[in-house]
Parts: sequence; C-alpha cells; structure tokens
Amino acid sequence: MFPPRFAYQAPRSLEEAISLLGSSGDYAKVLAGGQSLVPMMKLRFASPDVIIDINNLPGLDYHRAGPDGSFHVGALARHADLEWSSLLGQTQPTMAAAAPLIADPLVRNRGTLVGSLCHADPQGDWAAVMIALKGQVVAQGPAGRRTIDMKDFVTGPFETALAHDEIAVEAVVPPAQGARKGGYLKLERRVGDFATCGAAVALETGPAGDVIKAGIALCGVGGATIDAVDAADALIGQPLGPAVIDTAASLAAGAANPGSDHRGSADYKRHMVHTFVTRLLTSPNAALDASMRTAA
Amino acid sequence: MTVVRDDPGAAGEAAGNVPTATIRFTINGARKIAEIEPRLLLADLIRGGTGLTGTHRGCDTTNCGACTVLVDGVPVKSCTMLAVQVDGRSVTTVEGLAGPSELHPLQEGFKAEHGLQCGFCTPGMMMAAKGLLDRNPDPTEEEVRWALSGNLCRCTGYQNIVKSVLWAARKLREADGSDGS
Repeated sequence: MFPPRFAYQAPRSLEEAISLLGSSGDYAKVLAGGQSLVPMMKLRFASPDVIIDINNLPGLDYHRAGPDGSFHVGALARHADLEWSSLLGQTQPTMAAAAPLIADPLVRNRGTLVGSLCHADPQGDWAAVMIALKGQVVAQGPAGRRTIDMKDFVTGPFETALAHDEIAVEAVVPPAQGARKGGYLKLERRVGDFATCGAAVALETGPAGDVIKAGIALCGVGGATIDAVDAADALIGQPLGPAVIDTAASLAAGAANPGSDHRGSADYKRHMVHTFVTRLLTSPNAALDASMRTAA
Repeated sequence: MTVVRDDPGAAGEAAGNVPTATIRFTINGARKIAEIEPRLLLADLIRGGTGLTGTHRGCDTTNCGACTVLVDGVPVKSCTMLAVQVDGRSVTTVEGLAGPSELHPLQEGFKAEHGLQCGFCTPGMMMAAKGLLDRNPDPTEEEVRWALSGNLCRCTGYQNIVKSVLWAARKLREADGSDGS
C-alpha cells in the first residue's frame, strides 16, 4: 500500500510552517510522528493535498517543568521520550503510567503526544490523560499563540478546534495545588491494539489526604473521550475511602457509553471501567509503581 | 466490448509532472542520493530503491514490525515513515549489522538459540533488539520481551527469540570486557 500523491514541504522554522499551512489550501496536514496519519493515508482514509513535515523544526522535542510547576510537552516529544523520562516519573504519575501503554515500542519511537491529541481519535490514550489532568494545548497561528483547554480542543471524532493555519506546538499540564496522584489503566487484547477500555485518574490531595482536585476520563467506551465529571466531583473534599471510591467508580461506569463489539460486550466494558477506576483510586500511583520503567 | 486506451495522465507523468524530491541519506554507511516521489515509503526505498531486501514488508499496516530498521540509531517501522523523511539521516538495515562474511552477535544468537523458523520476522526482531541493546547492554528477560512487543512472530512463540537476544547481549558484553572498555 502507498498513499495518494501529495505535495511535500519540510520547513525549517515554525513561522515558515505556519505560513505554508496558510497558503496550502483547505486540505493540508501537519506530519509529526506520522504513526496515525501515514497508515490512514495508506488506507486512503486521508488524502491530503499537502503534507507539512514539522520534524525538522528546532526546539520542539522537549518536555519540561515550568517555574510555576506546570508541565510542558513540545510537539516533537516522542512517546518514548516520555516513557523513559525520570522527570515524568517523579512529577506526573498519570502521564508516566500512560506513556508505556501507548501503541508498541516502535510506534512510541516516532509518535508524539501532541500529534495524538491533534489526531483526536476517540480511542486515543493521551486525550483521556490530558482531560483528566485538565490540560491545555497551545496553538500557534499567524496572529500568535492561544491556549485551548483540552475539553474544548477536541470538537468531535478526529476533529479539533485548531484553525487551518494553526499548529499545536505544545501540551500543558497546569501546576498542582496539592500532592499529585493518579494513574492510567488500559485493557487491550495485545500490545499495540486500541484500548478496549482505558481509564485515567488525576488527583491532587491536601495535607490531610482529602481530595482537592480530581479528574477522571475514559477512552474506548464511547464515540468520544469521556470526561467523567460527576465521578471526579464526588471525590472533592473527601478522603479516599471505600465508600466514596465505589460511588465515583459507579458514576464513571455510568458515564461510559460503550458499544458491544469483538472486543467485548457493553456490559463487560462498563464493568471494566468500574474495576479500573476502583483500582486507580484505591492505590493511586500503583499502576506507575508496577511499571518496569520506574522499577528499572 | 472492452476498450483499453492510453491513460493521458501517463504521458504527463512520463514528462516529469509528478512531484519528486531529491534526498541524500546514508544506508549501512554508504552515502546515497535518490530522486523519489514524496509518497514513497521508507520500506519501498530500501527494498526497491537500494535492493536491500533483508527488510521485509509484512503486514504493511504498522502492526507486525517485520520492516523495522534504525533511523539515526532508533528502531522504527519503515512501512510507516515516508522515505523523503530520511533526507540527511542515517538508515541501518539488517544487512548493516555485520559485514558480508561475518555475523553480528545478534545473528549468532538467533543461530545458537534457534530464534527463527521461517525467518520472515527475524530482520525486524534483530533491528528492534539492536535498538534495545544499544541503549541497555544488560537487559532482563522482561525488558527484552518489552522491547520486542511491537514485533510479531507467527512461528516460534517468542521463547527462543528472547533467548537469542539475551545470548547476544552476553556476547556483546564479553566482547566489550575483552576490549578493556
């Protein structure tokens, strides 16, 4: 298989890339890791007239903590960069738990977090993680930069709030007010498969252990990434005990809207959401501790 | 009735109206220049363009890893990267592991531990393993399994493939030790 014909541009600066995007008509695509875009082009699900390859742009392959405690992931940071990052392991438990579960090791060497968000697949792992973390995407266009909340960034399956001449340059996790806890669990039939069910939990707790901020998001169990707001709100102001955990897990399972398919029945998937959210709330950071990345 | 006639587009393509790009890259240490269509996949540049058919095209859908090569030392699926993207970069295929009359420890390991049956997945397995051993010369069995989890084998059940990579890791460490490095 090979993609349909397209014009290829490999700009050397972000300004040049944005300018090319603006002058490339209405079907130009930005190529970062290409691990979703290239397969879609080969299957002719996507037939862009112009490809703007941003892999030669300098200074976008970073992930770093800001002075205010925020966390920033550049458009060319690969999943593998995050998987092997000690900084991520020490400061961002939900992201650190998810990074090793994205696709497979070879895909993780090319694919990017920001590209996954822009691809906006309802089964995408990173969208659930970033919604749980109440993250943001920074878009740059001809008029400058703007910051878009994750909950507003994805406007539908494979659709985002990006204008045709904007490039998503980084993803941002805002600074934590409390102690950050959380994790990500994914049910998949084999390495590299899409999530049958994925659950991301991001908590911040106060000195007494009570939850002061919470996000729970699901992927694979509906036509879009699901922000389980009611489940997260049920945790606010509470210490994490069995009763409140069961309430939140039940609300999350209720927020799921799965279909029955070859990966499992709707009831099974909803049950797995309950199980995953219970596990993540009972032992936040356990998913991370169990990962070989931090054990090594 | 069946009518076959010349495709008017063909003349245009022959006249050079198809967009092409000129790329310079290194493959297994040899410097190359190629005139290619931007839609050419890296796997096809390697197999069709340079004639290095050790890189296998398996699923062609980013699932199996048979087409794994190193780009600037990092293992990637060459069916899921555009050839034009290796402009200025260095590609290593299974043919580049060792010279024509010698075996790389990974190749020796697959021989010693019976790490293949049909051999179709083997080049991809070796290149993914090369990426691992370059980064981690002393991996655990679990780390080998993790690193190869994007490569599918339909013959051996992976057991001997993992043993082969661990065999190669030992051999490479011993060679490093004897160099005093």
